[in-house]
Amino acid sequence: MTLWTELEPLLAKVQKPARYIGCEDGVYTPDHRPDAASWLLAYPDTYEIGLPNQGLQILAEIINERSDGAAERTYAPWADLEDLMRATGLPLFSVDTHRAAGDFDILAFNLSAELTYTNLVNMVDLAGCPIRSADRAPDDLLIGAGGHCTYNPEPIADFLDFVVLGDGEEAVGEITAAVAAWKQDGKGDRLEILRTLAGIEGVYVPRLYDAIYADGLLVETVPNDPAAPPTIEKRTIADLGEWPYPKAQLVPLTEVVHDRLNVEVFRGCTRGCRFCQAGMITRPVRERPADQVRTMVSEGLKRTGYDEVALTSLSTADFSGIEQVVVDTVNDPDCGGQVSVSLPSLRVDAFTVGIAGEIQKARRTGLTFAPEAGTWRMRQVINKLIREEDLYAAVRSAYSQGWRRMKLYFLTGLPTETDEDTLGIATLARNCVAIGKEYHKNPSVTVSLGGFVPKPFTPFQWFGQNTREELQRKIYLLRDELRRDHAVKLKWHDPKATMAEGLVSRGDRRMAAVIEDVWRHGGTFQEWGEHFDLRLWEEALERNGLREEDFVYRHRTEDETLPWDHLSAGLHKDFLWQDWRDALAEVGLEDCRWTPCYDCGACTGYGIEHVVASAVPPAGGSQGTGQDLGVGGEVPVTLLPSKPAPVGARS
Amino acid sequence: MRIRLRFTKTGKIRWTSHRDIARVWERVIRRVGLPVAYSQGFSPHPKLHFGLALSTGHESVAEFIDIDLDDSSPLLPSEADLAALPLRVSAALPIGLEVTGCAVIPSNSTSLQQAVESCEWDIEIRGAAPDAVAAAVERVLAADDLTITRQRKGKDVTDDVRPYVLALAVVGPTDAGTQVHAHLATQPRGLRVSELLALLDPQWEEGLVRRTAQWTLIDGARHEPLEGPAEATSTSHATVRAS
Repeated sequence: MTLWTELEPLLAKVQKPARYIGCEDGVYTPDHRPDAASWLLAYPDTYEIGLPNQGLQILAEIINERSDGAAERTYAPWADLEDLMRATGLPLFSVDTHRAAGDFDILAFNLSAELTYTNLVNMVDLAGCPIRSADRAPDDLLIGAGGHCTYNPEPIADFLDFVVLGDGEEAVGEITAAVAAWKQDGKGDRLEILRTLAGIEGVYVPRLYDAIYADGLLVETVPNDPAAPPTIEKRTIADLGEWPYPKAQLVPLTEVVHDRLNVEVFRGCTRGCRFCQAGMITRPVRERPADQVRTMVSEGLKRTGYDEVALTSLSTADFSGIEQVVVDTVNDPDCGGQVSVSLPSLRVDAFTVGIAGEIQKARRTGLTFAPEAGTWRMRQVINKLIREEDLYAAVRSAYSQGWRRMKLYFLTGLPTETDEDTLGIATLARNCVAIGKEYHKNPSVTVSLGGFVPKPFTPFQWFGQNTREELQRKIYLLRDELRRDHAVKLKWHDPKATMAEGLVSRGDRRMAAVIEDVWRHGGTFQEWGEHFDLRLWEEALERNGLREEDFVYRHRTEDETLPWDHLSAGLHKDFLWQDWRDALAEVGLEDCRWTPCYDCGACTGYGIEHVVASAVPPAGGSQGTGQDLGVGGEVPVTLLPSKPAPVGARS
Repeated sequence: MRIRLRFTKTGKIRWTSHRDIARVWERVIRRVGLPVAYSQGFSPHPKLHFGLALSTGHESVAEFIDIDLDDSSPLLPSEADLAALPLRVSAALPIGLEVTGCAVIPSNSTSLQQAVESCEWDIEIRGAAPDAVAAAVERVLAADDLTITRQRKGKDVTDDVRPYVLALAVVGPTDAGTQVHAHLATQPRGLRVSELLALLDPQWEEGLVRRTAQWTLIDGARHEPLEGPAEATSTSHATVRAS
């Protein structure tokens, strides 16, 4: 039954009502048969942020193609509508057919950002479902989650009935079949379906595991049920070519981020940047066949009417034969010659800028590069092996081809970072401006500085995050250094939000009480600067007897149990530990696509290989063949692991 | 070649903004393969000209768009193509948007925003009884002047808006209140439906609002923008009604 008649009178009273109407080209209108599993796929942020999410659209299409499944979508209502919904008793609804969330069988979230966790709890509550898994009745929704954040689902484990690790394409079908069968049997014992789900590869059912603590530390996370495997391995699809999804990308009526056709050209990345969780957990590299990319681009443009296509991946310039694909797209006669191609993750070298120049004949506004750190030493530590000359060649190439504005992304708070490294950012930015002045009167360089948050399943997972005060000090250090450089604009992320992100990134199950507490005190949309409220997090920690230093700032030891140790992204823990030691020794590691295997585990463990069309690395500077790993030096900062004070909740 | 289309905006899609609909048109024109002309310069954009903005939440059965086509294109539509255009374009438009007319107009036609002198509206007033509305309508029509204060370029301006109320009448009760029909002038500044409602009674809540017609004034006679005097459509008479 549709809630549209109840919803519509509220729309006149809220901002951006088009967020809630659906009506996109490609909107789902599935038949919800009583014997099929109905999924409500959710993105726990606003419609504008959530709609373009490709993962959600891929899964919705796969489910809707099945005879035993149906899928619709929902997004977090903005605070103005939420207030009206609560005042009028209107529950969470799908945007496709405005069906009540409670009429579905499964509410499943895509989690791409940790600070959305309070929105997840809020949406479960708005759906009329008890927020904790343990409190749910057989008829209540099954609450699931997938996406990059779920490699450490422990902070939200109490809220979730099941978690899918890794690629969802295959697992989603198996879950659909299991839930449909359970539904046909009349949804008896809830534990029964949870046990069935736990038997599906890649599916983690938190309730079937106990987390055991001693002296304020996690000791182990062990199954409490015979149906639960001791370790949950992620799912990996071997051949991206078998999954040409989304086949009919949704075209929204109102403005959203990434409002263009998106075609995923490969999944995975083996550049090995040590701070990058995506690059570690999505291994191995699996390229989509170039012909399929061409077909998806040209058919997608024709179907949607978009004049822009993004070729997406973690480093698109590494796609074999990228130049040819780009040239074919721009010159496709069916596309009318007005198509622009965007490469959302540019590599830092002149080759990449050359491709960008090829395709952005018009509208040359700005280019973004991500050197990530200010000195070569620091970049070796993080294994982002860009030499200064590569950055300058890229920047020179861009300015000479007509671009005027550069944006440079950096991280601060990286392991072993010294003030010299932080100030190195200023030197790089100034040198870029100087190059720009050779070509333009008023070149501008924007430096965007993010606070580093160590993530699970990366070599930096043992590193104690910089404190709020330390991050703030470094930001101000750089700000003061750049005070007189009017051509360099510095932007930074709020270190307070960085702390909160750290709290939930590597927290354990004790963090659920904190997340619930923040939510109960009104803390939704915490990833939005104007809504983030540090006080809520501090008070929640205090009320629960937990301290941020234990979860965020403390260096972990090799023998410490990590909250995600019972999960596996395929990576051997000793590979990650060795990479962490290599980082501290400032030893870089070449891309394994074109060098011998380091046995990280991602390929060998699953019996699959990198699927790369080209046996030779792409052209370019240090990021291509020209890597120079010979430069090394002493470790200037010693990392002393520390034990936490014995406070906090214990099991 | 410049063509003018009339289209509707009804149902759920009424909650999209004027800008949203402009973007929808850009995509639909590419999907349908209309050879639209592009502006010259650094950032070429398709030459589409929209009429008076419709407020988010309002429906309409009388929206207009002018499209400049590339005269050098081999895809330039013939008269037969134009006759088939409303159905072709409607099929590519989202539900709730439908093309109901199409004609070739002179390339130097006055823009819709300038040419349209008045609009007619069906306005539902929520929670108000027909008698009360009728009394308020009578008061507004009997007034010699109706001054309201509104903002223009950040400054408060007081206008007499009585001349903008060309006609106003109670239609009858609806499920949620009372419906009135209004004919409101749009030049030089216009009177918004919300402003009219505030004049009737500031307490009343706006229900469903639908624009039913837009009018141009040529030699003292009212014409719909698609049916100007003979000279305005002399290049073609391919006016088509799909509904």
